Amino acid sequence: MSALLEIAGLKRHFGGLWAINGVDLRIERGTIHALIGPNGAGKTTLIHLISGAQRPTAGRIVFAGADIAHRNMHERVALGITRSYQITQIFPHLPVLENVCLAVLSRRRDWGSSFRMCRPASADFRMTAEAEEWLGRVGLAESAGQLAADLAHGQQRALELAMALATRPRLLLLDEPMAGMGPEESAHMAALIAALKGTQTVLLVEHDMDIVFRLADRISVLVAGRVIVSDAPGVVRNHPDVRRAYLGDDSQ
Amino acid sequence: MNKSRRGNFVEAGVLLAAAGLPFILLALGEAFYIGFATRLLIFALAATSLNFIVGYGGMVAFGHAAFFGGGAYVVAFLMQAGIVSAWIAWPLAILATVVAALAIGALSLRTRGVYFIMITLAFAQMIYYSIISLQSAGGDDGLPLAQRSTLAPLDLASDTTLYWIALATLAICLIALRRLARSPYGRALAGLRQNEQRMEALGFPVDRLKLVCFVIGAGVAGLAGALLANQEGLASPNLLYWTQSGMLLVMVILGGVGQRYGGVLGALVLLGLEEALGQITEYTHLVIGLALLAVVLFAPHGLAGLARRRRA
Amino acid sequence: MTQLVLEQLLNGLQFGLMLFLIASGLTLVFGIMDMINLSHGSLYMGGAYLGAAAAQASGSFVTGLLAAMLGMAVIGIVLELLLLRKLYRRDHLTQVLATFALILIANDLVRMIWGPQPLLLNPPAALAGPVELFGFSYPAYRLLIIAVGLLVALCLYVLVSHTRVGMWVRAGAANRTMAECMGVDVRWLFTGLFALGAALAAAAGTLLGPLLAVQVGMGESILILAFVVIVIGGIGSIRGALVGALLVGIVDTLGRALLPTLLRTVSSPEVAGHLGPALASIMIYLLMAAILFWRPQGLFPARA
Repeated sequence: MSALLEIAGLKRHFGGLWAINGVDLRIERGTIHALIGPNGAGKTTLIHLISGAQRPTAGRIVFAGADIAHRNMHERVALGITRSYQITQIFPHLPVLENVCLAVLSRRRDWGSSFRMCRPASADFRMTAEAEEWLGRVGLAESAGQLAADLAHGQQRALELAMALATRPRLLLLDEPMAGMGPEESAHMAALIAALKGTQTVLLVEHDMDIVFRLADRISVLVAGRVIVSDAPGVVRNHPDVRRAYLGDDSQ
Repeated sequence: MNKSRRGNFVEAGVLLAAAGLPFILLALGEAFYIGFATRLLIFALAATSLNFIVGYGGMVAFGHAAFFGGGAYVVAFLMQAGIVSAWIAWPLAILATVVAALAIGALSLRTRGVYFIMITLAFAQMIYYSIISLQSAGGDDGLPLAQRSTLAPLDLASDTTLYWIALATLAICLIALRRLARSPYGRALAGLRQNEQRMEALGFPVDRLKLVCFVIGAGVAGLAGALLANQEGLASPNLLYWTQSGMLLVMVILGGVGQRYGGVLGALVLLGLEEALGQITEYTHLVIGLALLAVVLFAPHGLAGLARRRRA
Repeated sequence: MTQLVLEQLLNGLQFGLMLFLIASGLTLVFGIMDMINLSHGSLYMGGAYLGAAAAQASGSFVTGLLAAMLGMAVIGIVLELLLLRKLYRRDHLTQVLATFALILIANDLVRMIWGPQPLLLNPPAALAGPVELFGFSYPAYRLLIIAVGLLVALCLYVLVSHTRVGMWVRAGAANRTMAECMGVDVRWLFTGLFALGAALAAAAGTLLGPLLAVQVGMGESILILAFVVIVIGGIGSIRGALVGALLVGIVDTLGRALLPTLLRTVSSPEVAGHLGPALASIMIYLLMAAILFWRPQGLFPARA
């Protein structure tokens, strides 16, 4: 069975700098694939290239058999690639439930074609029910009526995840979901992500090494714009190049 | 749901009172003010249409005069060409503004922020200069209407009937906009206002959503313009000048951006104040200007915002 | 024909330089404080009125000019301290509301003080006549305006690129927060800039007074042009304001003068007479729209 996402020879040039300098990557369906690397290695750029925020200078990005390297973000979302953000991007002055409802709503593709979008839908309560379900999955069921801005930081990140999941993506790009979280909140988020294993394909960018090694099925290490190793956590952990470049000389 | 039912009763009450106003004015011997009240309603409609664009769509458009004045001029032109029936002329006015808004919006929405403001302003000015240069449009003096549009079986020559038509139009548009705000489209607009980037990342066709909002606001403004041409008996170039866009924007901000009745409140207060002050002094703009400054400094969410805060 | 073109080119240069005086203050307000100031046109109008009144009272144009610049600078400072400072942190809509209110107030104040009729402002007697230039007559007064405009442009250039203050201004326009972090007292710098902008707008008002009419509402039409100029030139950039102003001034003037003539070759004189000015006015907006699409930040954006 072919991988869900295959990247070959990807390069991205930024006026004198090769931010991505030859990346090969395979993400299998249903796996949690982590991307780690030192700061400035190009992780964010790679996420942008996959999500469509940027276009590659060279190389291929094949998603479910189709080369999407030059499709715009809109099209990629329609194909099923959704990302969550390192800096929380929610709708602060809307209720938590409405945040997720919008994510559910985004799956509708008949914006241009039907006036149904302009009438209060009877399908409304189906959308609300689904949104409530997603909130339940991330443990925010009780906060449904609160304004998103009033949530604690960790809860907002969970909302961020719920919104991303509600779009029912085929590939979920999680950009540092634990950003800014304390140990308790991180553990909670880790449990949420772990629950996705097997059913949801995830590309996870994260700095917390404990969590990465616990959650990931495969890890790719990005250094200076290249993937130096892509393998199971155990292999990566002990790989000499990785230790040198990223983990330092301390042995785990 | 008690609060919303109470709200509905209040709204119904206000509507009934407004419908009864002409009778009161006639009884008081102040028939002249029926025309003034009609003007208030029309500007309330125009301001509401702008509120939809600015408050619901989150786009600060500074060219609304083009649609408001444009609607008036279309009706005046058609009348000059012999088309007197409102059943034909008014929908055509709406159609013209919708088409213009599609073109202007599609081009302008490629910009953001202050550039969007400037470019909508520019397009409106272009339309202003185009129209005042036309002989057939009456140039600087505007284009008078030989008579009021005919809205068979009603007779719009009667001030009272025109008033009721304006009131009905305003009420219908307010209800329609409320329903629109609750629809999937309206909810998407709400998200767009708050975090456009996220909406885009979620896959919403953001530009198209904004364009639709812009066009709807423009169409309603065109209808308001058609009504105004009838009320004033004239399509005046002032309606197209940028200060008119500014005035409408001031009404929206005064009344409360994005508040349901923001446009209505702003128009009522501004025009009412102008009329009332006009009885006392000829320097109405001075007083209004000072009042607006007071609002800016002490009522940051507009008058509607003040009312809500007091109730809360 | 070439004489006409030359003459109109000079007129365009003159108008453009005056637009530059107005736009330079406006672009810095916008660029550094990100504030929409609709009342800048009223500063121009106030300057024209002060200048006219002072010139009439003293019999001297120069006195009028200086009084206008000083007077509006003071008014500008008061305005900035009392009101505009409170607007910097507010959103654009609120700024629109407040500065639009200022337009209303200014128009009525002017009417209260000087009445609804336009004020008469005569150019200095010594310059009332024409000068021989390249074989044709050109009003000496307009040459003065060009000279003043060029002088101001030169002084501003020196100020912005060769003084410390200028460096602060450029830093503030590029990135206000960073400039503040580096110790630039942006607030006082800004008050000073505002006063300078007001003085320049007043100068433009007084200088243009003899040519255009000193009347209520004169600020509104010039304000739109000033906005077009800074959008074309790039918000926050003095150089952009100069280039934009010259472009607008020349396109507008040449358009108004030449388009009717051009159109007359293809249609009737009345149509051409009407269409010409209208097309010329539209041309500036078309220019702005075109530039916004090609270079959305304007020709010389101050912000990176």
